[in-house]
Amino acid sequence: MIHSFKIHGTYMVLDVMSGAVHQLDEVAYDVLGCYDENGVLNNDELKNLSRYNESEINEAIEEIEYLKKNHMLFTEDPYTQMLPGWAKQTVVKALCLHIAHDCNLRCGYCFAGTGEYMGHRSLMSLDVGKKAIDFLIENSGNRRNLEVDFFGGEPLMNFEVVKGIVDYARTREKETGKNFRFTITTNALLLDEDKRRYINENMHNVVLSLDGRKEVNDALRKRIDGTGSYDRVLPLARKMAEERGQQQYYVRGTFTRKNLDFGTDVLHLADLGFEQISVEPVVANKDSGLDIRAEDVETVCREYEHLAKEYVERRKNGQWFNFFHFMIDLEGGPCVAKRLRGCGSGTEYLAVTPEGELYPCHQFVGRKEFLLGNIYDGLNQNPVRDTFRNTNVYTKPRCNSCWAKFYCSGGCAANAWQFNSDIRIPYEIECELEKKRVECALWIKAQESSRLAGPAEN
Amino acid sequence: MKHIKTINESTLNKDIKKAGCGECQTSCQSACKTSCTVANQKCERK
Ligand code: SF4
Ligand code: SF4
Repeated sequence: MIHSFKIHGTYMVLDVMSGAVHQLDEVAYDVLGCYDENGVLNNDELKNLSRYNESEINEAIEEIEYLKKNHMLFTEDPYTQMLPGWAKQTVVKALCLHIAHDCNLRCGYCFAGTGEYMGHRSLMSLDVGKKAIDFLIENSGNRRNLEVDFFGGEPLMNFEVVKGIVDYARTREKETGKNFRFTITTNALLLDEDKRRYINENMHNVVLSLDGRKEVNDALRKRIDGTGSYDRVLPLARKMAEERGQQQYYVRGTFTRKNLDFGTDVLHLADLGFEQISVEPVVANKDSGLDIRAEDVETVCREYEHLAKEYVERRKNGQWFNFFHFMIDLEGGPCVAKRLRGCGSGTEYLAVTPEGELYPCHQFVGRKEFLLGNIYDGLNQNPVRDTFRNTNVYTKPRCNSCWAKFYCSGGCAANAWQFNSDIRIPYEIECELEKKRVECALWIKAQESSRLAGPAEN
Repeated sequence: MKHIKTINESTLNKDIKKAGCGECQTSCQSACKTSCTVANQKCERK
């Protein structure tokens, strides 16, 4: 399987099974278009390329055939026979702890119902937090590295418990040989100096929520009194980013159909000095007025392409920043086994409510049909667990035939559920955006690698 | 080659026998809380 595409006048092809990426000139791109999906050249179609001279066409064919022979184009699937081995019983290795089902913001798009998650406002007790750590250790088999994300609502509203859980996990690390990595996701409103210091000393990563331009942020990220949060959050988030040396954090925004020009928000965050940026599409109900609709896809895709261009320019000219959704590690990314199943929700990744209930991930919390047990009695026999376990890009028909499967890893189960009522049917709009992001990421690689290899630019 | 420049050679199918050790990070943990992109797990720092 191959995927060829064109962005900003650059022709590219991805060899899906091997991960090889090539840049082509127009002749080679058009000649490649005369090959069928199995890599067989269709001579009749070649006849349509009379605008090129024959020697050019023959050179291009020769190069394509060379890549084929060297398993860098039309490579066959080498993975199917490995699948049973990779499907072995999984263990739990990451928990999302819902430290507070309460929030000091009232964001218009909050999937958690401004913190309540279809329940009532509540805080996790230290006792539940400790039990969750025990549960993770007990269910993690031989896995050494374990991850815990402090999530909410707003986790800083219950920060003493966060500290208590970290302390407890550290004591258990010694006796069990496990290694905990903590992260926290916060709206930064309560991020005073003490909390920042604590977080910097103890947390591997921090996600700071901020949507971009003031008017965009304040339209949806409102304080309880209805005023915008930008002015209060921005200085605190900036301090945090600086104190962390512009590493191991993300400033994370959400875009909706109210700001389809979200690229401007990404650049705004970069202008403010943030170097680690993530801005992603909202997950919102069809009737919310915020969800990205089919008719928006073209605009959003164009916006990603725009942003990619500006991104390359800025990184080249000393205004380096990192956009999470354009990051792709072609040489050292995760192995294929990992790429088959993505986020691991419902199997290796679980969310824990303040009461100690277990759900497949933060997005499923409160949907009773997805309740997977609790930290006291362990996992239950809910059959959806098997659905999560048995789902990967090979078992989902749409993913199996999709060129982006080893980069996307099958998309978000919560999105699939929300829009198609089946975690095995990916949400089409998200697919379109994801594929565009992967194309942009590959294009950026091509731009940045030619800068390394080629002569200095003038 | 004159018409095609390879940006990245085959990497996905290398070492597949060793794949699946599972010590890697879970994916929806850090910067994304809704849309997950696994391929970007390792950050390339300037
Ligand atoms: S883009 Fe969609 S179809 Fe393709 S792998 Fe991702 S979820 Fe599956
Ligand atoms: S199902 Fe979606 S929201 Fe949940 S962990 Fe996976 S990618 Fe993230």
